[in-house]
Amino acid sequence: MTQQLDLRRLPAVGSFLRRLSADRPARAVYVALALLIVVGWLLFALDGGRFLSQENIVGIQQRSAALGIVAVGQTLVILAGSLDLSVAYLISLTTLVAAETMGGADAGVPVAVAAVLAVSATAGLVNGLIVTRLRVHAFIATLGVALVIRGVLDDRYDGPAGSVPESFQHLGYDRVGPLPVSALLWAAVAASAWFLLSRTRLGCRIYAVGGDAEVARLSGVRGERVVVAAHVLCSLCAGIAGLLLASRLGAGAPTVGTDGGYDLESIAAVVIGGTALAGGRGGVAGTVGGVLLLAVLDSIFNQLEVDSFAKDVVRGVVLVAALAIHARRRTA
Amino acid sequence: MRRALPILVVLAGLLAVIAVAQPNFLAPAALLAFVKRAAPLVILAAGQYFVIVSGEYDLSVGSLVTAEVVVAARLLDGSAEATWPVLALLVVLGLLVGLVNGVVTTLLRVPSFISTLGMLLILSGAIFLWTGGAPRGALPPQFRELGRGSLGPVPWSVLVLVAVAAGAICAMRAGFGHTLIAAGDNDRAAALSGVHVARVRTVAFMVSGLSAAVAAILLGGFAGVSAQVGQGLEFQAITAVVLGGVALGGGRGSVVAAMAGAFTLEALFTLLNLYGVSGALEPAVQGVIIIAAVALGGMSLPRGRAAAAS
Amino acid sequence: MHDCVLKMTGITKSFQGVRVLDGVDLEASAGEVHAVVGENGAGKSTLMKILAGAHAPDGGSVEIDGRTVVFGHPVQAQRAGVAIMHQELSLLPERTVAENVFLGREPVRRGLVDRAAMESATAELLDSVGEESFGPRDLVRRLPVARRQVVEIAKALSLNARIVVMDEPTAALAEHEAELLHTLVRRLASRGIAILYVSHRLREILDLADRITVLKDGSRVTTADASTMDAPTLVRLMIGRELDSYYPPRAAEPPGPVKLSVRGGGNARLRGIDLDLRAGEIVGLAGLQGSGRTELAKALFGAAPFTSGEMTPCRPCSVREGIAAGIGLVTEDRKAEGLLLNQPVRDNALLVTRATRMRRPGIERLLERVGLGPLRPTQEVRLLSGGNQQKVVLARWVAAAPRVLLLDEPTRGVDVGAKAAIHELTRELARDGTAVLMISSELPELIGMSDRIVVLRDGRIAGALPAGSTEESVMRLAAAS
Repeated sequence: MTQQLDLRRLPAVGSFLRRLSADRPARAVYVALALLIVVGWLLFALDGGRFLSQENIVGIQQRSAALGIVAVGQTLVILAGSLDLSVAYLISLTTLVAAETMGGADAGVPVAVAAVLAVSATAGLVNGLIVTRLRVHAFIATLGVALVIRGVLDDRYDGPAGSVPESFQHLGYDRVGPLPVSALLWAAVAASAWFLLSRTRLGCRIYAVGGDAEVARLSGVRGERVVVAAHVLCSLCAGIAGLLLASRLGAGAPTVGTDGGYDLESIAAVVIGGTALAGGRGGVAGTVGGVLLLAVLDSIFNQLEVDSFAKDVVRGVVLVAALAIHARRRTA
Repeated sequence: MRRALPILVVLAGLLAVIAVAQPNFLAPAALLAFVKRAAPLVILAAGQYFVIVSGEYDLSVGSLVTAEVVVAARLLDGSAEATWPVLALLVVLGLLVGLVNGVVTTLLRVPSFISTLGMLLILSGAIFLWTGGAPRGALPPQFRELGRGSLGPVPWSVLVLVAVAAGAICAMRAGFGHTLIAAGDNDRAAALSGVHVARVRTVAFMVSGLSAAVAAILLGGFAGVSAQVGQGLEFQAITAVVLGGVALGGGRGSVVAAMAGAFTLEALFTLLNLYGVSGALEPAVQGVIIIAAVALGGMSLPRGRAAAAS
Repeated sequence: MHDCVLKMTGITKSFQGVRVLDGVDLEASAGEVHAVVGENGAGKSTLMKILAGAHAPDGGSVEIDGRTVVFGHPVQAQRAGVAIMHQELSLLPERTVAENVFLGREPVRRGLVDRAAMESATAELLDSVGEESFGPRDLVRRLPVARRQVVEIAKALSLNARIVVMDEPTAALAEHEAELLHTLVRRLASRGIAILYVSHRLREILDLADRITVLKDGSRVTTADASTMDAPTLVRLMIGRELDSYYPPRAAEPPGPVKLSVRGGGNARLRGIDLDLRAGEIVGLAGLQGSGRTELAKALFGAAPFTSGEMTPCRPCSVREGIAAGIGLVTEDRKAEGLLLNQPVRDNALLVTRATRMRRPGIERLLERVGLGPLRPTQEVRLLSGGNQQKVVLARWVAAAPRVLLLDEPTRGVDVGAKAAIHELTRELARDGTAVLMISSELPELIGMSDRIVVLRDGRIAGALPAGSTEESVMRLAAAS
């Protein structure tokens, strides 16, 4: 009896690893990622290139960063049982807000960052309030907000606008050692989200509300606040991705979000990472794996010089195949 | 019919507002023109309804519409001879895409949000791959007759719409409709009562694919060939269905209400045009109104949890 | 009885003009197990929900430890020391035991959730109720239903609850699991916690409770010491009339021809099943939770088919084959596997006949037959009481007129009156020539209804007993090690 007790009261040491490895859906995506890297390595080897070259790794990180940041935010809303289809337009809007506020001047950077965060937080607040207060299904609510943002974009912009000072472009292109700054930014966002989910009350409650809103309510969790908070955080992530893209482009672009397909693709990455679309199960670790999976795939395509439209086709197939395998594993 | 009542009231109200702004709107000719304009969306909404009420989504219809139009233009290339075989081919293509969506969703158990999203990517990629970015070819007048022409005073598209609506209502009244709703309400219970859940859901996806084919034929007639013809139609169709009070997650709502939702959406677009909210700001106003309409629709009904989404 | 913890006086509540509770009084003392019984619709659940803060009463007062309290939200009731265990457990399956116990009240240190504190506190709570089979870090999803209740109890203890409301806690449990729960309930009571215990199982109530309050039609009939009560009296008080006999009389004639027969049936959960079901006979299937009772029913039906062995007239490999072979199954979990909650009674009752394109009987006659005569066929099933919902499921199979009907816990969570009606209907179906297999965790019911009892143990048939065997003999077969 005492022995069992001691076992149960394991010290907190190692609980991190335990929790990470207990995250089974996330494990699956990393296995798939490892397999894909092996396949990529083989293909590159046959093609005469080196897959795990620093260049290529940096390329993968660069490509994943923006999508990765959005997907981390998307993870939070999906875990809370909601969904955000407005991120793509929001990203476009925030690149414009950033570039126009900066107007090419270094002095404008802090103001611009603050403006972007304020705009995106507002968008998230609106999304959250429509979902919780007006009780509109998140699919329709965020789609409606997306339309509203699109209207503003269409009305005010015909093409790229504003400009970003050179100092701010470091964010998009610089490296610290072998690591691009953008990848570090992504890592920071992902780590904060992981920390939020596992170590804060809000995190516990996001899982609770997404898992069963009624159970959460009976336990005194104010579900509405949690969902609103998740939406605000998700939109903030989209805003950060917007800043990153603005620094890459050097200007704001009204179509950068939709061209990148950040709305649906971020959801896809989250789901590939093993997070349940219905909410309450999954986590950031899986999402990071899902984004990396898509990025590695992308880089393999580039190496093989696959037509960009054919890429879409293959991505679609991969997406469906990944989920089909997940479903198999769950029922097995 | 009872369940369609709220949305029918909203629709009547909107039509009345339009009629105030444009007194001749209620004249038969103008009304028919309105119905004609609405036909593709209403047909798509009817198809989408089958999928949604069975507890799934179909995000692929927009790109399917584009694919159908582009394929028809490329195959016909302005010549009329092959019109009928090509029409048949489009229908088969629509059914086939629905079949794949259905099989992937039911047998491979991929959530339909993802499986049909995958189909969306595949179709839009394939279209561009095939056309090299810009659609080529043209649709002959014979093909466009269905979208543009009319039988006496009644446009063909209105007749097609009536036929589709009648078919949809009959299907929902028949055993198929009941088993479809049963699958959407509680698929385990339905399966344990002998409902072939995978089969009825797959058929629902095929109905949606078929509706996309029909809508594409009409839209090709209206607007000719473009790579944007189907853009955003999946969201419009889903919005229309939800506007009609059909629950995402399945098991609740009627096909009449879904189609009325599509008419309402179209009336909304008309109204926005009338009041000069066109072009750039249109989507914004649309977004606000859609949210408001769905919110108002949701107020009167006690809402169940969205747990069915899993 | 001194030390009165809870005093509810003159509680009145109406929903949309219908009076559900009419001046009900209820008291509970520290350390007391106070049972609340009554038919469905008698107002038990509403009374408990008022106590738990989920509904506000229209009139009357609630006093806890002599202070009048008014709850606007369940959380206020929790703070005042009232914990409720719901019929449907309120736990998050994807979260750990500790996270569930402290949901909404996670301990924080320097702004962060203190997992170590949460887990060690949970471990202590589990120890204090003698739970050793799982720990604070296990996912609730992995625990069997009976263990999940222990999590709920740990949660109640962590709230320092003075009053614990248990709403049909044993409805989903097998007999021996219920025993374990009873031990736990007594242990809680001995700590000075007042327990309000709602159950339809009369024998359990008589064993467990110190006092019993009987509700009928929203009013209190009586509150009395359990030692002064017996089952027939309770039933009379609850339904206002005598039930001549608990169970309908058995068939007079010997059973008819064999309608279904299995030899050596087996699959992943079952081995070497030999079983004959005859026309006119009700065979009771007994066994502990996990012994394979439900699996056997699903195998016979084709939902989780046998992979080996002979079965006549045919071995169904799918539900549709099972139905085509004239087999019907009323599932154990009404909500998850039986009902289309948002659909009207008619569509629920005609589901099987529609799905398999059988001839459909008239809906009015069908509802009449299962004792739902006064119900509108367009009424949504979600709004019905548990008993009527179960009758709707039965109607679905009566409509299909199966030759073999498998009933998995057909009276779970159903009140006394509806229970009697379902027993009557089952016997009638048998009399009309249906072969019936009935699973029940309630041994008195199983013994009262069955013409023969087959006992399962670890996926095998442990033995068969004649009608009128004792509970002890059934348990001996079911639990022999």
